[in-house]
Formats: sequence, structure tokens, C-alpha cells
Amino acid sequence: MISKKTPKERRIILKHADNPKYSNKISCYLKAGGYEMLKKSLKGKPESIGEEVLKSGVRGRGGAGFPTGMKWKFLDRKSGKPIYLICNADESEPGTFKDRQIIHKDPHQLIEGMMISAYAIGAKQAFIYIRAEFFEGAKILEMAIAEAKEKGFCGENILGSGYSCDLVVHRGAGAYICGEETGLIESLEGKRPNPRIKPPYFPAVLGLYQCPTIVNNVETLCNVKHIMEMGGDAFSKIGKPNNTGTRIWCVSGQVKNPGYFEFECGALTLGEMIYDVCGGLLPGRSLQAVIPGGSSAKVLRADERFKGKHKDGTEFDWGIEDIPLDFDGPMSAGTMSGSGGIVVMDNTVDMVEAMANINAFYAHESCGQCTPCREGSLWMKKITTRMCSGEAREDDADLLLSVANQIEGRTICAFGEAAAWPTQSFVKKFRKDFVKKAKTQKRKKDSFQLI
Amino acid sequence: MNLSEETLRKIDEVIPRYPEKRSAALMVIHLVQEELGAVDLEASEWIAEKLDLQPINIRELITFYPMLRETPWGENHVRICRTLPCALRGSYATCKKFEEKLGVMEGHVSEDGKFSIEFMECLADCGEGPVVMVGEQTFENIVEKDAGKMADLLLKGKLDESKQFVSYEKAVDAVPSSKS
Repeated sequence: MISKKTPKERRIILKHADNPKYSNKISCYLKAGGYEMLKKSLKGKPESIGEEVLKSGVRGRGGAGFPTGMKWKFLDRKSGKPIYLICNADESEPGTFKDRQIIHKDPHQLIEGMMISAYAIGAKQAFIYIRAEFFEGAKILEMAIAEAKEKGFCGENILGSGYSCDLVVHRGAGAYICGEETGLIESLEGKRPNPRIKPPYFPAVLGLYQCPTIVNNVETLCNVKHIMEMGGDAFSKIGKPNNTGTRIWCVSGQVKNPGYFEFECGALTLGEMIYDVCGGLLPGRSLQAVIPGGSSAKVLRADERFKGKHKDGTEFDWGIEDIPLDFDGPMSAGTMSGSGGIVVMDNTVDMVEAMANINAFYAHESCGQCTPCREGSLWMKKITTRMCSGEAREDDADLLLSVANQIEGRTICAFGEAAAWPTQSFVKKFRKDFVKKAKTQKRKKDSFQLI
Repeated sequence: MNLSEETLRKIDEVIPRYPEKRSAALMVIHLVQEELGAVDLEASEWIAEKLDLQPINIRELITFYPMLRETPWGENHVRICRTLPCALRGSYATCKKFEEKLGVMEGHVSEDGKFSIEFMECLADCGEGPVVMVGEQTFENIVEKDAGKMADLLLKGKLDESKQFVSYEKAVDAVPSSKS
């Protein structure tokens, strides 16, 4: 018998997170070698940090996967205006709960990553925008910042370097749209978080108070510390080319052991994650669908084949279980790794109800600025909810598709796509379920109520 | 406006953190709401004046953000996550159980003002669903059966001392201080 090797986690960001002897106090962080990289970084030139980050190839962990070093390069340094750094800790993509662990269990790692990044971009002030549901998280960060200030790691004249940067915790108030970086900036300015149109409002040029601003995810900023520790080149060797470093995957839904797991990019496949790491499905169940990158990502059907060509010309032919977990794998399969939130659905799930659940979320969270999204997301919710209340119609599937298609690409921010992609993919891939609903008006009897 | 010295002190401490006063709006609203339970018209006008804004600049925030309130929730506010990952583990049944036991529908406050329930969008702890928050504490894996037990403890005012339900926040903070 061939014994199969279970893929092993490689914890860099979450190295200390679940150590029972490790706490979120600064004494603990210092004992583990904390703030040494900030000391080292402050002795060098700010530009050299940016170069290391660029060399590392690290991509943003918030959802879009844009190379962080490139983002920093776009920063308008000639305007003479102050520069701001914002940490996006809004963590609001359904299926994602990684930043929660960092903030609660290792807040100083984030602060160190932020202060190194702030020095690198020459920020005058830095903010952590944290979702309001993290009551305790905000308090932990406030406490950690006070501790760091006392030791001279942030605030005035950091470690005698002459560089000053204050760090402020700012709480949101329960709006998903604040995870969109320009919406977040509007919110931080004290306004309704209606996203801004790009161009011209690229944050790196016209961000907070129309000043150059960098917005990075919690996990991304933590990575900066580790890039400085091991060097950009060494970091770029973790994972795969163009998919460097580790990623924290969050698995939820119907697996035996859901949770958060940190792996090198591409170290395992979706199948290994579900069956080996998470212990597989519940007894007697079979896999029906997976959403691989938070609820905005297009759904994958368990019996689909994914065929195509990689950039280097090699061909691939995957089942759902063969999709490599990195940035490019899910992309090749026509979806995205997004924020790393993997939602697993087994054969008991009523897919029309699941769709209705997702649509209710987007209808609730649309900021209402663009008509196609404000009206469209509400229509999609109403149609799918009606379908689940015994009034499904034969033409509903096409109606849903037509609404979704008219949202995509017609809105100021990517929320339009986030709302349209689930509907487009659910209807295309599970059309049978939508048709059956119209014929029978019945729900799958073993499915948890989802709407 | 009747705000405590403590809240006034916190408000005056928070405003100068920002390069522009208006940025402090959300944080000031949070502080006022923490004390009063909600931000009504009078409170909005007071905050606006404090930040050199028009009352509409505060009202437009209160009416937009889901967690800002014009009327208070109950003394014990129960939040249950409605979004897909929690729903896939039974959060609709969890919510229903709380509604039955506490005698109040989601989105509402009980007549005596003691309890309120909110079936809300993602609480960002999807791996341990169904997720329930009571006040500022997060409880994980609260399936229907646990919801019943939890509601009973809440009704008796004994959830805090319960060993059966330990919140995520308490578990994270429960680090022996000698080793930290």
C-alpha cells in the first residue's frame, strides 16, 4: 500500500499564533525576536525596503492579488503632499477569518510590518481600519500600539532614527464595502463609504485627503516583516514563481475539520486541503461544490473538468481536486483565490438556496451608488428568494443571468463583479437545479435552511 | 447632551488623532453610542457641532452603516451570523431558537428592553460557525441545541460565569500572565 503524505503546514505569519505560551503582549513578541527587523530596516534606506518587497514578488492577500512592490512603486512621491499608509483590517469577505487570528493573537507582528512599510514609503501617518465587529481586536491593537509607543517602536522619532509616524486604530461600522480600498478611504475621511472611480482616484496618487496613500491587507503587511528578515530573494523562493510566500487558507462549510491553515503557495491542491488537511466531508456525504476564494469568487462544481494552457505553454486537465492552491491555480480554473476563503458544500446543499443566501448578502451590502449594482443585487435577491418560496419560474435562470450580466463591468468598483460572479457561475453550472426548482417547487430535504 | 466625563475625555482624545476633524466622526459616534446605546437627532447635532460639521454629515453615517443605531438594542444584544458559511452549519435554526427562547424576533427588541436579536452578515469567524455574538463576545459552533442552552443562561443572567460557553475573546486572552 502506498502511504500518502499529508501536506505539512509552513507557518510563517501564524508561527506563534496558537502557541499556548505565546500572548499578544509586547514582552512575548520581543522574546521571540520581535522588532529586530524594524531596528535593522531603520538603519537602511527606505528605498531598499521597497526593492526587497518588489524582489520578493509578494502579492496582495486581500483579494485582488496585485504585486505589493508594484503598488508601492506607483506611489506619487513628487507631489509634496503627505503620504499615508492604511492597513485594511476590514476582513469582510464571507469565508475569510485569517486577519482575526493575527490581530488577536500576534498584533505586534502587524505593527512591526506596518512601521517597516511606513518607513519604506515615507508615510507621515498610518491607520489600521478594523471592522467594528472586532470589538476586542480593536482594544488589543490599541493596547499593542501603546506598548510599542512606550518602547519607541512607533510615534515620534522611532528608535532615535529621526523618522516619526503615528499609528491610529480606526473602527468601521459593519459595512462590507469598506473593504474596497477607495470606499475605505472615504469612510476614513468620515463620509459614507461610496467607492471612488479609478482613474483618476488611484489611492497611490489621490488617496486619503487626496494625498498619496497605500492600502494593504493585514497579512500582506505582516509579510513585509518576513521579507526583511529573509531578504526578497529568499522569500521569492518560497512557494512558486509568481505565487511567492505562504498563504493562510480559511476553510469553512461542510468539512469535518474546518479552520485556518498556512501553506506555501502551491504546496497542496484543493483536494488535499479538503480530504487530508480538513479530514474530508461529513460521513456519507459527497462533494457538490466549492467556492475557492470568498463568496465573490465563482463557484466550482465537483464534477467539472478544467482544461487549458498555462502561460508557459504546458497544458493542464484538472478535476476540482487537482487545482493547486496558490494565486494562479484557481485563476486557471476560471475563478480566483481571492482572500483565501474556501467554502465547501456537500451533496445535501440546495444550490438555489445557497445562491439566495449569497444574493441576500450582496443586496444588503451594496453601497447604492451605481444603479446597476444597487437595483441588480436587490433583484437577484428577490428572484432567488421567491424561487425558494414555492414560486420559482422556468425563465428565472435566464432572468438571473441577464441581471447579473448587466451589473458586471458597469459599476464604479469591483463590488459589481463580486455580486454578479456568484450568480453567473451558479446559474451556468447548476442550471439543472434552477430548472428543477421551477418544476417541483421543492427544496432538498436534507439541506440546512439557507434563506 | 448628558455624556459622562469619561466619554467626553475619550472624545477629546480621539479627535486630534486625525489630520482632519471629520475623520473622527465614526470613532466619536461609536463612543457616544457605547454610552447612550444609540445616536438620536440630538446626539447627531451635538457630534456635528463638536466636529464643525452639519448634522446631516452625521445623520448620513448613522443611516448608512449597519452597526450605527438611531434607537438602542436591548441590554443583551445577540448577533447571529446569517451568511453562507454559517448558514451551511445551521445558523438559521440557531437564530430561530434564540427567537423562540428570548421571545423576540430578529431585528427587534423585547418589550422589556432586555433582549434583542440581529441576524446579521458575516462575523468573520466562518470556520467555527454558526457564530453568535453576545454583546462584544464571540461564541463559536453554536448549533441549535447550544443556542437553547445559551438562551437559558442569558435569561438567568448567568452566561458570563458559564464554563460551558467560553468566548473566542476570553480564550485568546486566557494566557498565563507569568509566561507572557
